[in-house]
Amino acid sequence: MQVVESDAQLVARCREGDDDAWRELVQRFSRYVYAIAVQAYRLTPSDAEDVFQEAFARAYENLHKLREDSAIRPWLAQLTRRLCLDSIRASSRVQPEESLEPQEVDDTIEKLDEALVVHEALATLPDNCREILDRFFARDESYRSIGDALDLPAGTIASRISRCLVKLRGELEGRKPASAESGG
Amino acid sequence: MHSHNEETLAELLRTLPAPPEAWVKAAQEIPLARRGLDDIVERARADLAFREALIADLEHALQDAGYDADQALADAVRERLSL
Repeated sequence: MQVVESDAQLVARCREGDDDAWRELVQRFSRYVYAIAVQAYRLTPSDAEDVFQEAFARAYENLHKLREDSAIRPWLAQLTRRLCLDSIRASSRVQPEESLEPQEVDDTIEKLDEALVVHEALATLPDNCREILDRFFARDESYRSIGDALDLPAGTIASRISRCLVKLRGELEGRKPASAESGG
Repeated sequence: MHSHNEETLAELLRTLPAPPEAWVKAAQEIPLARRGLDDIVERARADLAFREALIADLEHALQDAGYDADQALADAVRERLSL
């Protein structure tokens, strides 16, 4: 099992000017910020890219304002949501606030929160499981492509995925809700 | 965390696809970019010829000085130096 640094520990290192910590923070939350822009707000790729870069730029500039280091995820979510609304407002001119926010946004972000917890649990699995699950589900790679990349017979990929999902489930069931909040 | 069967886990793994690698790399390089910005601003304040080159053609002056002059950096230099 991999030991994964908590969100609070990571934020603390970022505040000390540790570039490696910043790179890790971006890596950890990049899928989440991206998903808020393209799934919750359905931004175009171009607008989503602008929001993505601006969200991390503002996070970097304002990290010292974060009162609770472990609250980085909801803080980043809120920051991204505001930027998405700005983007929609800019592209559709002035409209009432109510019409800018897609109706299902809260439900979508709740699901993204849950998915992020699953990804955090995935990060604690052994390399072979992490790689195979990420390639198959998140990167949508074929058995053949995964087999080629990991030097595994394509015929064994399905059973390996199944075993790794069981491990992932076990990791999640062993977690307390508080650990899910802190990312570690 | 809810209890999940393997199907639900699979669905949640699919929910967070990776963004383009170039986006992630650019965001990861923010601290470096910021340091470059500080260097440019400091040099422009100390070196009149460099400042004049920036005023004349900011993007080319940055490139000539060895900086990766993307739009964000150029905009930030303009703002910081009130150009």
